[in-house]
Amino acid sequence: MEPIVATTVSVIAAATPLLLAANGELVAEKAGVLNLGVEGMMLVGAVSGFAVALTTGSASLGILAAALAGGVLALLFGLLTLGLMANQVATGLALTIFGVGVSSLVGAGYVGTPVARLPRLDLPGLSDLPVVGPLLFGHDALVYLSVAMVALTAWFLHRTRGGMILRACGENDEAAHALGYPVIAVRFGAVVFGGVTSGLAGAFLSLSYTPMWAEGMTAGRGWIALALVVFASWRPWRLLIGAYLFGGVTILQLHAQGLGLFAVPSQVLSMLPYLATILVLTLIATGSGRGRLDAPACLGKPFHPPA
Amino acid sequence: MTPAPSRLELRGITKRFPGVLANDRVDLDVRPGEIHALLGENGAGKSTLVKIVYGVLQPDEGEIFWEGARVEIRSPHRARRLGIGMVFQHFTLFEALSVGENIALGLEERLERGRLERRIREVSESYGLPLDPGRDVHTLSVGERQRIEILRCLLQSPRLLVMDEPTSVLTPQEVDRLFATLRRLAAEGCSILYISHKLEEVKALCERATILRGGKVVAVCDPRVESARSMAEIMVGTAIRETARPATRLKRAPRLVVDRLSLAPESPFGTPLREISFLLRRGEIFGIAGVAGNGQDELLAALSGERPVAEPGMIRIGEARVGRLGPAARRRLGICVIPEERNGHAAVPELSLAENALLSAHARLQLLRLGFVRRRAVAAFARRIVERFDVRTPGIEVTAGSLSGGNLQKFVVGREILQNPEILIAAQPTWGVDAGAAAAIRAALLELAERGTAVLVISQDLDELLGLTDRLAVIHAGRLSRSFETRQVEIGRIGMLMAGVEEPVPAEAG
Amino acid sequence: MLRIEARPEPSRTMQLATPFLAVALTVVSGAVLFALLGRDPVVSLHAFFVTPISSLYGLGELALKATPLILIGIGLAAGFRANVWNIGAEGQLVLGAICGGGVALWFWEVDAPWVFPLMVVAAVAGGMVWAAIPAFLKTRLEVNEILVSLMLTYVAVLLLSTLVYGPWKDPEGFNFPQSRMFGEAALMAPILDGTRLHAGILVALAVALAAWLWQARTLSGFALKVVGLAPAAARFAGFRRHRAVWSTLLLGGGLAGLAGLFEVAGPIGQLVPEVSPGYGFTGIIVAFLGRLHPFGVVLAGFLVALSYIGGEVAQIEAGLPQAVTGVFQGMLLFFLLATDFLIRYRLRRVPRRRAAEGG
Repeated sequence: MEPIVATTVSVIAAATPLLLAANGELVAEKAGVLNLGVEGMMLVGAVSGFAVALTTGSASLGILAAALAGGVLALLFGLLTLGLMANQVATGLALTIFGVGVSSLVGAGYVGTPVARLPRLDLPGLSDLPVVGPLLFGHDALVYLSVAMVALTAWFLHRTRGGMILRACGENDEAAHALGYPVIAVRFGAVVFGGVTSGLAGAFLSLSYTPMWAEGMTAGRGWIALALVVFASWRPWRLLIGAYLFGGVTILQLHAQGLGLFAVPSQVLSMLPYLATILVLTLIATGSGRGRLDAPACLGKPFHPPA
Repeated sequence: MTPAPSRLELRGITKRFPGVLANDRVDLDVRPGEIHALLGENGAGKSTLVKIVYGVLQPDEGEIFWEGARVEIRSPHRARRLGIGMVFQHFTLFEALSVGENIALGLEERLERGRLERRIREVSESYGLPLDPGRDVHTLSVGERQRIEILRCLLQSPRLLVMDEPTSVLTPQEVDRLFATLRRLAAEGCSILYISHKLEEVKALCERATILRGGKVVAVCDPRVESARSMAEIMVGTAIRETARPATRLKRAPRLVVDRLSLAPESPFGTPLREISFLLRRGEIFGIAGVAGNGQDELLAALSGERPVAEPGMIRIGEARVGRLGPAARRRLGICVIPEERNGHAAVPELSLAENALLSAHARLQLLRLGFVRRRAVAAFARRIVERFDVRTPGIEVTAGSLSGGNLQKFVVGREILQNPEILIAAQPTWGVDAGAAAAIRAALLELAERGTAVLVISQDLDELLGLTDRLAVIHAGRLSRSFETRQVEIGRIGMLMAGVEEPVPAEAG
Repeated sequence: MLRIEARPEPSRTMQLATPFLAVALTVVSGAVLFALLGRDPVVSLHAFFVTPISSLYGLGELALKATPLILIGIGLAAGFRANVWNIGAEGQLVLGAICGGGVALWFWEVDAPWVFPLMVVAAVAGGMVWAAIPAFLKTRLEVNEILVSLMLTYVAVLLLSTLVYGPWKDPEGFNFPQSRMFGEAALMAPILDGTRLHAGILVALAVALAAWLWQARTLSGFALKVVGLAPAAARFAGFRRHRAVWSTLLLGGGLAGLAGLFEVAGPIGQLVPEVSPGYGFTGIIVAFLGRLHPFGVVLAGFLVALSYIGGEVAQIEAGLPQAVTGVFQGMLLFFLLATDFLIRYRLRRVPRRRAAEGG
């Protein structure tokens, strides 16, 4: 029992950054904006969270800084794509390149320095329960936040007027504009939300998952998060399945490496999450072609309201 | 007692866009309970004006009065709160959202879902506009979609309803039903501003008409007493010459044979083609009428080769079975095509006219040498189009997107005609172009047929087909009716076929 | 009040001017960045942009670094024109290095003139195979090529690392993760005394010329542009999108593979875990900065190459962290995308409309 519980706990940890980042990207895409800069925003979030937590000694301030940093980068993305009508794909790539550069510049002095891991939110009594305790009640705040965020997003998108307007902007920007909804402002909001959650995802990596800073420590998780949105057909609850599935693959290959299972070099096992992403994208695409229909109709399209 | 103030009054409204004066000191007044027509050709400034009324655009100059009080309509929200409802020409609907959500998005009032659905049912029943609030929009027909737009307005009991070209997508029977609804609304005191360029409709429905030309008001009249011809002359600005009904050419040899053509739709929102058969003869103009979205796009794609079909023999040019050939191969065999959408389909707005000339002419004309483009030959061809079809442009190096709709359409039509096609297929060849360009395009099609080309015109404009074609048939839900001789056709019968009331009987070919 | 206004015609002047404007803005922001890092901006900028090219050796290094950037930039630009977003050039480069390097190691002791041509063929084929995966998935199943090509980059890097830590490790290399040094026949000799510059730059320039001829003068090159701008018009014209996807991905993969080979057979001379400082990603910037035009890509390749060696020199001379290079490159692309706005729109000063009362 013990090892299974421990494994599950580590799967949850591996899934959390994916869940946070994918959830934010989902909201942005629902509003019609494709932001390929998730990886860059995560990295900048990771380094800012780490630096602030280390210098102030406060994990909360670190998390806040990460969220802020992600939000600022997203704002930059919004300015370019929504304000200046730049190509969203190109700008997203620029954001990632920029984020990689900035984070390694800022983080150069922190490589190898350890920081205190985020505290677990222990609930007296509950956390000590066998099995259920560590599984459900032994995590840090960001883990709970990641799941709460999914629930919140699902509720917001499908149960509130604001969510309806957001979906309308992603579905038909011109019609939403003609009905008097501020398309650009809604999209700005969605993009910044995506940036904030990507920043949080980065903070989870540098403050909880491996409490340290290493250059390029996201290792493609931002891109996997983008793939998860496609996997989930833009439905928040399905992100949960996708993220935990990927968390599972990650942990599985780590364990296999640790135990020296299968006589293959560790690098080959490390390829698994990336290969799994390609496999999943392929399977989704084969599944009767439904996938494309769920995509917001205006995804990636620039919108310029007539004066 | 002073007379009641106008419901809406515009004074001196002016709106400029880069390079265009869309509205030039326009005055307009709409009285309570009146059905008021706003008439004008495409590009006369009607849509700009109503967007100003609905708060989508802001005027550069001028004043708006609502029930006697000066107002500024900064946004559609403000317009709706004043009591203005609008049904757009291009629907403002969200395909992936439900009918209920679509209506809620157009309402100022925030209703909880259950109550909203009850109100939708009430109002839709009382006006005879049945709709299910739970359905997703992409599953609905065009007529049903328009009902959503109308219901959206009716739910907030408007005092002014603006309808922008509402009948262009409806069958004659649906038009009658719409008119009945509008008359009832007017009788209840709601004013209606009815935008159209169809004179017969305006005569049948409206009490007063304001006529726009080139962004200016040129007349205010009573359409019930004016003749359609006199209004048309005011609208167009020159005396109209009726298109002569072409002589019949029904005995010639078939050039194109379409034989039980079936094609599955590409997207779930598309229409499947079901066993379409017809013949197209040398020198005739054959028309296919029908309401938008009944398979016209699919038919055009199947005939042009953009979507190859399953059986090569489903489409034959003379003896050649071409069903599986692509567009370039079919062009070499003599089919040229004018798609409905100019921007991004028939032409690439970002590219120069010369490049756009190369776009479709590379297969039929000698424009290549060893895979390399003969740039001088392309430029010469582009210049020939510009000269022969009177395309107003500073040169052939400007982008296609900088031309006006009418000029670009003349360029596209010219490009296909100057390739000397044996078969020409044109979809909505005069859609959205000014009267002068439309007349020139129709004349060019007639002349082409005169020289022996087989011409197929797919159009939603029944009047155009009646004036242009020798024979016509109706497409509905992907099926084509038998064909009728245009001179003897009964309009009511066509209307029934367009509405799908009468099942089309497949005929001919084999 | 300023108003954004669409130009009736995209401005050709701006099309040429904005890359320069973007470079100028990057330099200015760079100065600010250096000041923020507590360095003298003038000294730092000098170390970054001038010192590296003040010697023949420096110029050689510039051209050496520009070579892979130009090769990759040309391939990517062709794809971007057609709306094919290959962002896995880094992986394709690594595959080229693996395949070309594999041939070199296989014929380690053979000193024959056919070794190098065989390496070229293997490297190009390797890059193409890696790019063919996203091309296949895209044309068959509409799988997003961005994510697939990117995921394959991680796989390629891990594959290289598997090899140099494992079977291809130099038996006399003191257990360092690197292969043997290539044999004489597998190495590219310098073409200019006193530099490390090899013939790759000439190949890159020739490729640029050929790419221009293809794109500007042939029907299939024209087809790419139409596919990218208006898919429906491309179908109407009979230009097939699948062909554009395949041709641009294979071209991009092949050129990236060649770039990888030039690195390992040129300045590196063996296989190591890291054969590229991100040329594959920087190639994206080069493609955009060059306006997706082959000649523009050549100029952009040299400029961006300067940011690489500038970073190295500035690290040595001014003690600046080398990560500054990445920041510069990111900023450059940002500024370019921002100023591109001026091609399609202009800002016009309009008198503020007198705000009317009421309403």
